Amino acid sequence: MTQPIVELRQVTKSFGPVDVLKGVDLVAHAGRVTALVGDNGAGKSTLIKGLAGVQPYDGGEVLFDGQAVSLHHPREAARLGIEVVYQDLALCDNLDIVQNMFLGREELASGTFDEGRMEAEAARALQTLSVKTVKSLRQKVASLSGGQRQTVAIARSVVKKATVVILDEPTAALGVAQTAQVLDLVRRLADSGVAVIIISHNLQDVFAVADDISVLYLGTMTARLVAKDTNPADVVGYITGTTRMTEVDA
Amino acid sequence: MSAEVDSEGPAVAAADDAPSLLGKGGHGGVGDAVRAYLQRVRGGDMGPLPAVGGLVVLVVIFAIANPLFLTERNIANLFTQAAPLVTLGMALVFVLLLGEIDLSAGVTFGVAMGVFVKLTQPGGMAWPLALLVALGIGVAVGAFIGFFVARIGVPSFVVSLGLFLGLQGVMLVIIGAGGTYRLIPSPIRAIQNQNLPPWAGWTMLAVVLALLLAVALLDRRRRAASGAPNPPASIMYAKLGVIAALGAFIVFYLNQDRGTAARSLEGVPIVVPLVLLILMVGTYVLDRTRFGRYIYAIGGNTEAARRAGVNVTLVKWSAFVVCSVLAVVAGVFTVSKVGSADAAMGREIVLSGVAAAVVGGVSLFGGRGRLVHAVIGATVIAVITNGMGLLKFSAGANLAVTGGVLVLAATVDALARKRSGATGV
Repeated sequence: MTQPIVELRQVTKSFGPVDVLKGVDLVAHAGRVTALVGDNGAGKSTLIKGLAGVQPYDGGEVLFDGQAVSLHHPREAARLGIEVVYQDLALCDNLDIVQNMFLGREELASGTFDEGRMEAEAARALQTLSVKTVKSLRQKVASLSGGQRQTVAIARSVVKKATVVILDEPTAALGVAQTAQVLDLVRRLADSGVAVIIISHNLQDVFAVADDISVLYLGTMTARLVAKDTNPADVVGYITGTTRMTEVDA
Repeated sequence: MSAEVDSEGPAVAAADDAPSLLGKGGHGGVGDAVRAYLQRVRGGDMGPLPAVGGLVVLVVIFAIANPLFLTERNIANLFTQAAPLVTLGMALVFVLLLGEIDLSAGVTFGVAMGVFVKLTQPGGMAWPLALLVALGIGVAVGAFIGFFVARIGVPSFVVSLGLFLGLQGVMLVIIGAGGTYRLIPSPIRAIQNQNLPPWAGWTMLAVVLALLLAVALLDRRRRAASGAPNPPASIMYAKLGVIAALGAFIVFYLNQDRGTAARSLEGVPIVVPLVLLILMVGTYVLDRTRFGRYIYAIGGNTEAARRAGVNVTLVKWSAFVVCSVLAVVAGVFTVSKVGSADAAMGREIVLSGVAAAVVGGVSLFGGRGRLVHAVIGATVIAVITNGMGLLKFSAGANLAVTGGVLVLAATVDALARKRSGATGV
């Protein structure tokens, strides 16, 4: 397989006496969806926060495009194009779609906002994801449905040439139709050349969208599987710890 | 919201036949823009609409009840009466948008003006220097509140309530119980007591219109350059036309001679262009700079702003400084109108300032409102005060009515929030 865009090697993280990550390896490839699954407390969130630069790892190596990089601040992650879409949708209800998509990285022209450029780029980003459910870019986010909000949150991550997009439980609060819609979006995101890491508890969603599945169990990576070569029953075994790693791919 | 969910299909078509989202939503014709606006209003996002309606009703009632109300002299008086409240209301918008409050804004300007007036007594400091000291006091108080709110995390209500009490003590120390100091520097006295020559009034209007037009045209150029469609030019010209007509009417009215037979008195009070300057600069900052956008973002969802990389502490801190400094400017207008400073200065006006903002449509919950809303709300309160004074109502009745209007406005705000939650517009 080609060189992964992001590779974690033996990363560790402890909170006081508790070792949350005990030497975890993870790879994500451009154009592929990697699902990160595991039970509560397995260390998924900690792993992601390290990758986002919010909570740096204690030890281990992070390779980005084959190069060792440091990830000690969200800004470093942002510079590499690592974007996180959080579970509890980090959007401002009182701002419109364009304003939300560019929050914290507004386009300026001589010190003031270049609204036209932002609007055009937002439209382009939504278009590359084939989003059709949004009526107006200048609509307040408060007026959007759960699925539409998730769409905006995901589109927010691609507006600035993301290389890796991490989605934390993107379908947790959605209905059936909206879940399908968001998963579709995740697929297209990967097809556009982005490495997608998706955290989910819902194995049905995982198998619907993921190319690779990595299973965390109590701070160790117990399995790295290719989705089409495995089945939900096996994955459940890995998640609950009743099955041990038999094969490592990638 | 349910209707929207139903209309969403599970599948979305492939990339090549996705239509462009550009040009949708209010960028069609005039009709589209009007429809979009009506939809927003129906959805509960009324902005200053109730306040504007209320203002019109009040003016009509007072004009009928007392012929003195619409005289040139009273209208000019109304402008100078309203100026401090308008400015204080605008100051408070900066912190109200964050979902915070500054109860000490009034006494802040009291202290600053107490110091200013005392420093500029005969034989004292030159007034521009003293004014800098007063503004410096504003910066210091704002930074103090900002420190406790943004860095430590103490609720702004409590910090500013503490300052509200503490600064009254400082006032007593500076001025002394029952003491009064006369305002000496004539340029400061002139702000509320002198008028622009008639030609300068017209120039002021022309400059304002030119600036608005320039900004609007620049916007359109930039949008066109990026390929984003512009709303119809007719809407821009219609808006400017309304402002021009309203402005021309007011300037014309104020340029009429309202003096006595012995001494003529005409022109726009000097305070008016100063207030307009604050309004325009402030609106520009809130609408078009990162600082302004982040104030709205923090008011809407602090955590989202933080995750987007906004320096929440710094923005909050700065907003409190802006609020306190503008409050000091409101103090300058007050002291210029009153002509003296005493130990009770600014104690009562702060709640009227909050009321002005809320009546105008600024949300106390944060994230919603504009400077011009505070201007409209303050005008409503000033008209009530002025009109009921002319009708010889007691100060008690005046306060009761103002209070009633405030509760009414806050109710409208709460209902609007509820409704916008329900209809999702």
